[in-house]
Amino acid sequence: MTSLTNTALPSSADAVIVGAGINGLAVAYELAKLGVRNVVVIEKGYVGSGSTGRCGGGIRQQWTTEENVRLARESVELYENLTSELGYQTFFRRGGYLMVTETEEHRAAMREAVALQNRCGVESEFLEPDRCLDIVPDLNIARIKGASFCAGDGTAYPFSVVWGYARAADRRRVKIFSQTRVTGIECDGGRITAVGTDRGRIATPIVVNCAGPWARALAAKVGLDLPNRQERHEIMVSESLKPCLEPMVISLSNGIYFSQSMRGEIVGGIGDPEEPGWEDPARFDTRSQLRFAVRFARALCDLYPAARPLRMMRQWAGMYDVTPDHRPILGGVPGLDGYFQICGFSGHGFMLAPIAGKRMARHIATGEPDDIVTSLSLARFERGDLQTDAFVVG
Amino acid sequence: MSQPHCFLCRCEDVTLEEFREAYREGFTEIESLKRYTGVGTGFCQGKECLAEAAGELAQLRGVAPGQIRLTTIRPPSEPLTFAQLASLPIPPVREDAPSIVADGDNAEGDQ
Repeated sequence: MTSLTNTALPSSADAVIVGAGINGLAVAYELAKLGVRNVVVIEKGYVGSGSTGRCGGGIRQQWTTEENVRLARESVELYENLTSELGYQTFFRRGGYLMVTETEEHRAAMREAVALQNRCGVESEFLEPDRCLDIVPDLNIARIKGASFCAGDGTAYPFSVVWGYARAADRRRVKIFSQTRVTGIECDGGRITAVGTDRGRIATPIVVNCAGPWARALAAKVGLDLPNRQERHEIMVSESLKPCLEPMVISLSNGIYFSQSMRGEIVGGIGDPEEPGWEDPARFDTRSQLRFAVRFARALCDLYPAARPLRMMRQWAGMYDVTPDHRPILGGVPGLDGYFQICGFSGHGFMLAPIAGKRMARHIATGEPDDIVTSLSLARFERGDLQTDAFVVG
Repeated sequence: MSQPHCFLCRCEDVTLEEFREAYREGFTEIESLKRYTGVGTGFCQGKECLAEAAGELAQLRGVAPGQIRLTTIRPPSEPLTFAQLASLPIPPVREDAPSIVADGDNAEGDQ
């Protein structure tokens, strides 16, 4: 992995990507692979220091909107071969995703979602509660009303994936500058002309906003008002155990999710309905709270009582970049040639980034329209084309 | 700290040489070195090794030890069981003042 903190910035580039999280690095790698020379990635922290490095590493195809299901399915196909594609071990493991619910209402929604997923080629299935025990024998099914399971879903280690993309991009001459902040974006006559940073100016006809929870603030530099809102989410890791938990388990009822990493730790989080959303990056607060640890521990001991004697090692927080319909924002913006964005993943950027980066790179490099990019463009909010995905958990 | 085969992190079995090798591979920041080598992520959560790791990184970079800050120290200060945590009352949401302030992330989360 290379991050050229001490090297001088180039004075010009063919494309500047803002953000060295999984989305920025995936699109940088794919652009270079398509033959775009002089691709530069600017990162204000270290590689993976934003939302990617703070996420749970889950990769699922069980969604309730068609674009999310299709994107996730294509993304899983890429994840399947990503270790050889990048020449780097990503620790992708298909342990499946078991989604459970305690309400009749969700039970019906799950059946509908499974039907949609099956139509899109995702082999998920609806399960009666007792069948969950075939997949997780220690699960407490006392209050579970139904579940859906997809054996093809899985997990990967987020840092390995970004390091793999960074190295593969580096081999294709992409330059990654960490500890570098964007100070401004210059436009002239409706075209992007340069990106200003605290270490110098880079003339470029293309800028790609992959800044995650900072995407809204970055877009404001070109006068664009994104509808994204930032939400704080917490997560934790336990001590390591021998392999004992095959899938990611996730509850639609209280928002808990947990899986076992390749290192043996239980990694998991839980959504907090009382957590406020923020629009001002200056108010981002990623300090940990005891409230999370207690809420998570209670939910885990209830759903997976075998975890009671297990010790929690550490907890941390990260930001979700949430859109009004919980679907990402991809593509360009009319009247601003050369500006593109890959943001608003609403907590699911890690699982969708490989395909979002690939489709966006093709769209940027060739100028050809892409059906999913068009469908997920910022213009959908003006069109009123909002299909909220109901399975946003965590 | 001159013996390459000595252990830098005893919990996660990371040797000094492995730490140096990671640096040569391009992991030049303390936060990336932690995640790549596993240094400081074991049972002591870095209490025994993080200061040593930061000192070693300062030498590798040729800067004064004070130039390298430690990784963010995360709660709990000692590992607790989920049963112990679950027995505690749930603290209220505090928008501006988190109930644990040991986690030293700054507002922009780039530590």
